[in-house]
Amino acid sequence: MSGEWETVIGLEIHAQLATKSKIFSGSPTAYGAEPNTQADLVDLGYPGVLPVLNAEAVRMAVKFGLAVGAVITRRSVFARKNYFYPDLPKGYQISQYELPIVARGSLDVVMEDGTVKTVGITRAHLEEDAGKSQHEGVGVSAIDLNRAGTPLIEIVSEPDMRSAKEAVAYMKKIHTLVRYLGICDGNMQEGSFRCDANVSIRRKGAEKFGTRAELKNLNSFRFVEKAINLEVMRQIDILESGGTVVQETRLYDSDKDETRSMRSKEEANDYRYFPDPDLLPVVLEERFIETVRGSLPELPDQKAARFQQQYGLSLYDAGVLTASKELAAYFEAVAALVPSDPKLAANWVMGDWSAALNKDGLDVAESRLSAAQLAGLLNRIVDNTISGKIAKEVFEAMWAEGLEADAVIASRGLRQITDTGAIEAEIDAIMAANPKQLADYRAGKDKLFGFFVGQVMKSTGGKANPAMLNDLLKKKLAP
Amino acid sequence: MSLSPKQIESIAHLARLELKPEEIPVYADSLSRIFGLVGELDRAQTAQVEPMAHPLEQVQRLRADEATSPNQRELYQRNAPQVEGGLYLVPKVIE
Repeated sequence: MSGEWETVIGLEIHAQLATKSKIFSGSPTAYGAEPNTQADLVDLGYPGVLPVLNAEAVRMAVKFGLAVGAVITRRSVFARKNYFYPDLPKGYQISQYELPIVARGSLDVVMEDGTVKTVGITRAHLEEDAGKSQHEGVGVSAIDLNRAGTPLIEIVSEPDMRSAKEAVAYMKKIHTLVRYLGICDGNMQEGSFRCDANVSIRRKGAEKFGTRAELKNLNSFRFVEKAINLEVMRQIDILESGGTVVQETRLYDSDKDETRSMRSKEEANDYRYFPDPDLLPVVLEERFIETVRGSLPELPDQKAARFQQQYGLSLYDAGVLTASKELAAYFEAVAALVPSDPKLAANWVMGDWSAALNKDGLDVAESRLSAAQLAGLLNRIVDNTISGKIAKEVFEAMWAEGLEADAVIASRGLRQITDTGAIEAEIDAIMAANPKQLADYRAGKDKLFGFFVGQVMKSTGGKANPAMLNDLLKKKLAP
Repeated sequence: MSLSPKQIESIAHLARLELKPEEIPVYADSLSRIFGLVGELDRAQTAQVEPMAHPLEQVQRLRADEATSPNQRELYQRNAPQVEGGLYLVPKVIE
């Protein structure tokens, strides 16, 4: 990317709230039902029906607002956002405009290099989701309104992010947060959590923002990063060849890996918002807000701070381990059983164990090894029964067969050799078998030390205690 | 206030109404007069008045989060011009 341009990104994240029923009707919200079996007269936009607001959706929105330190609007108002599309039979979406339920807040995001980025949250408002349309048929579109009326919270950020990486880190943090709060299942494949990105570029040091393009419906972290980077390149190309960027909505096509124009926003933007006369202002009492505040769980940042203090972890590692409640709980269960070395527990949970889960496409809850089983392995490293290297082999066997560490170590004879005499005997044998290397080493070829380590490890099947082997070898090889 | 034919066309498009060319001046005239009527409100002194979101001095009542609507797809779809496999079919819309 050209050095003199600065990228400016703001995100609008849509999170479906995990209520049992819709935001304004009594239809169920379960995912994957037969088309249109969860759409009642309110969702279908029949004349004469009235929306009635779901108390749980309100409570969840307030929960989110409190978790990002936002101002909770004591009197918020629903508005109609008017546009015609068949996935929204009323001809308008009920949303919030001038007075959203959650006003200004902010979120700290830890980047990979340990720096902390604060992203401003402009607002978060309640609204209803639209239905789904399919366009495969000839001359017709097919509409499923099961999703219509599902409660959403739209979280709008300030244009505070300066790279695709920052945008992804922020989105991941929101994703973590809504799952901690239990207000959204975060399932991106099912569309429960998705995002639009507003992207523009400007000359480094410029005050004024450039013209932005809105990238629609990015439903994976990877796509967000790719789509933003593509869009930045596109805009740089345009500006560097003397053109101007048009304000428009663009769709990211993951198959072709390109963004393309969807429609001119000028016209589509004429939403003619006005307060919805079918709904009265939502007034929140202080007592209600305090009750919700009291119900907040330990939040990711609080947990990460505690992990740093309690287990001596870095800010970044603490962030990784608190990315989900389940992961954090698993780590804590392991760490509790390996009290002398919580860092070892952290490294294994983030390393081999997470990699094994990923490889098999499993959730934390589906882990093939319980926290106690993993801790059992780590304790054999701690007490020097096996080396860290052998532990990886034991881990693989445990993972594949669901075995206990001690059983694998015993059945495969992997117990580390910590008997000085035994190691010395192996060293003597190797020295005797390699007189040339021994002479060369003694003549100053220091690099051959590694050769001897390798030979002894080979002859002991990797079981010689590495630290002891090093010490003994140094002594024995000395001229 | 007087609306131009172009504004009338744009409003008609937003409302998805199809106007014949000869109807445009008719709507321009009547909509402009409605604007004039509503425009009288601009003369009211509102600096000290708090904007009102709803004429009723009441607050929104909330519903318990319970799924109470049974599946009545068959009944509702009897009212639809075209359905297939449980889906409503509409003239093709694609952006």
